[in-house]
Amino acid sequence: MKSSISVRDLTLNFGAVSVLKNLNLEVAEGEFIVLLGPSGCGKSTLLNCLAGLLDLSDGQIWIKGQNVTWAEPNERGIGMVFQSYALYPQMTVRGNLSFGLKNARMPQAEIDRRVARAAEILQIGPLLDRKPGALSGGQRQRVAIGRALVRDVDVFLFDEPLSNLDAKLRSELRVEIKRLHARLGNTMVYVTHDQIEALTLADRIAVMRGGIIQQLDAPQTIYNKPANLFVAGFIGSPSMNFLHGAVVDGGRGFSVAGTVIALEGYDGGRPVEMAKAILGVRPEHIDIVHEPESGRTIPATVELDEPMGADSLVWLTTGGAQLSVRVPVERRLAPGTAVHLRLDVGKASLFDAVTEQRV
Amino acid sequence: MMPTSVPIDAYSPHGRKPKRIMEPRRIMLYAVLLVAVLYYILPLWVMVMTSLKGMPEIRLGNIFAPPVEITFEPWVKAWSEACTGLKCEGLRAGFWNSVQITVPSVIVSMAVASVSGYALSFWKFRGSEVFFTILIFGSFIPYQVMLYPLVVICRELGIYGTLPAVILIHTIFGMPILTLLFRNYFASLPEELFKAARVDGAGFWGIFLKVLVPMSVPIFVVATILQITGIWNDFLFGVVFAGTQNWPMTVQLNNIVNSTQGVKEYNLNMAATMLTGLVPLTVYFLSGKLFVRGIAAGAVKG
Repeated sequence: MKSSISVRDLTLNFGAVSVLKNLNLEVAEGEFIVLLGPSGCGKSTLLNCLAGLLDLSDGQIWIKGQNVTWAEPNERGIGMVFQSYALYPQMTVRGNLSFGLKNARMPQAEIDRRVARAAEILQIGPLLDRKPGALSGGQRQRVAIGRALVRDVDVFLFDEPLSNLDAKLRSELRVEIKRLHARLGNTMVYVTHDQIEALTLADRIAVMRGGIIQQLDAPQTIYNKPANLFVAGFIGSPSMNFLHGAVVDGGRGFSVAGTVIALEGYDGGRPVEMAKAILGVRPEHIDIVHEPESGRTIPATVELDEPMGADSLVWLTTGGAQLSVRVPVERRLAPGTAVHLRLDVGKASLFDAVTEQRV
Repeated sequence: MMPTSVPIDAYSPHGRKPKRIMEPRRIMLYAVLLVAVLYYILPLWVMVMTSLKGMPEIRLGNIFAPPVEITFEPWVKAWSEACTGLKCEGLRAGFWNSVQITVPSVIVSMAVASVSGYALSFWKFRGSEVFFTILIFGSFIPYQVMLYPLVVICRELGIYGTLPAVILIHTIFGMPILTLLFRNYFASLPEELFKAARVDGAGFWGIFLKVLVPMSVPIFVVATILQITGIWNDFLFGVVFAGTQNWPMTVQLNNIVNSTQGVKEYNLNMAATMLTGLVPLTVYFLSGKLFVRGIAAGAVKG
């Protein structure tokens, strides 16, 4: 597949602080890439570099086969949508949409045609003569998307576009962005710290921390086979349970709090014996049973349960560690009940406690 | 089983808490306000009353008493006949000189300061913070220290004693406070707006003129008021740099009031003073609300 964006050895320093370190990223044409990470991980910085709003210290950026490393933002063939909408308050919606086109000295007829098309796609036709102040948050963000749309570019950059909206609008607009991507087929790079947005929208997710891409994979791979402990802990809500123990029996068993669980059927590399290892299991991959099964269960005590509507989250303690397990909401467990947990090793992730990498 | 609702007990407190009319803090507040009003209104009262009296009535010494016989002659005389040095043409000439100094000075100083404030907040360059600090530091140095060097500079430029000289001086001395004002206002505008405009292909001037200036009306109003009143009330720069034929109204006023020959015409002096103060006063009255709003807007972030 042809490459739409190519970031090569990108390095960015602010004074002595290194924000991005030798970052490489290839985005295919029409791909939806989400940059995900906690605040300060460099995801917005990377997006600003792509847009040309920040000068990089070293490396190259190519967009559509052009080296745009030194190009101005408007020369890069990108459109950008911001978290705070960034609409020009004194201009009408029409003025906002056509501002960039007028700066490019486009003929008025072509401007009108493009504004009309964007208004049709985003259903903001009736709002064209209003000012941003008279629009709701959702409408403003649509106009902001429209401003990227009229530029008729191949690459859309989104900088946390939904973070200022309330929960209901956010999920509506999320679907709308996905629909827009399906209709236009543009390359989209989308920055967010919301993992639901990342998991639902992305073709591939780049999980970032400390200016480095930790893992770049399809959402399901990121979720099921996190490359390291950070990705495992960052993705998933409630987050993955981590059991600290050791790999024993020549790599065939995981020993935790005096119990050994067989690693048979583990989906990954062949485990070797490790004095310190971490077994990560998601809350939905644990069963609560009342009878111990040798090599498959560990004992635990129910602490409390949190009904969440569709299902219920049960918090338990086992050997000093705290675990959460997702169960159907009908299943109520009284605090203090002694139970056994059967872990689904086939869907678990084993990490080397020293390197923090997945085995 | 819990009852689903309990009716209110009408005999115990319910609804809005009643307010007492004469609370101690209200009495205190009004007392302070009254004193403040008297403090400012009494001198004004004396000035207005004196300016409407004839000299014989003034000599009686009842400065608070309203005039027995109202006369507008002192006002007319102050405007068109009073002696300001050698000529006896009143404040009229000084008024037009002040207009000629104030209007271009306000426009030029605001144009320069708004652009530098914009550059300092959005187009940061290496050392821009240091530059800004030095600029602000300049406002702490007393004017008088720089007076002589500036006279020499103006002389070397060949503009000493002309209107351009005094306009240049006002622009220079307006820079620190105006740049601070504009920079802080622009810094309070969202940076994403600036980024969006860059993606839209607007350049340095395009972003400033088409995006930021239309959003910055309040701060331009504040700067205008500050500059009009400051420059109109200026005495020192006017008397030093403008040249005798361009002396502003304040200088003429001084010449009228401080003349040591003949009888002190208090009524004329009062009228002349009020005439001189009329312009800044009008500006304040017309724009008070905008002024407060703009100052508050500029003070949010710094």
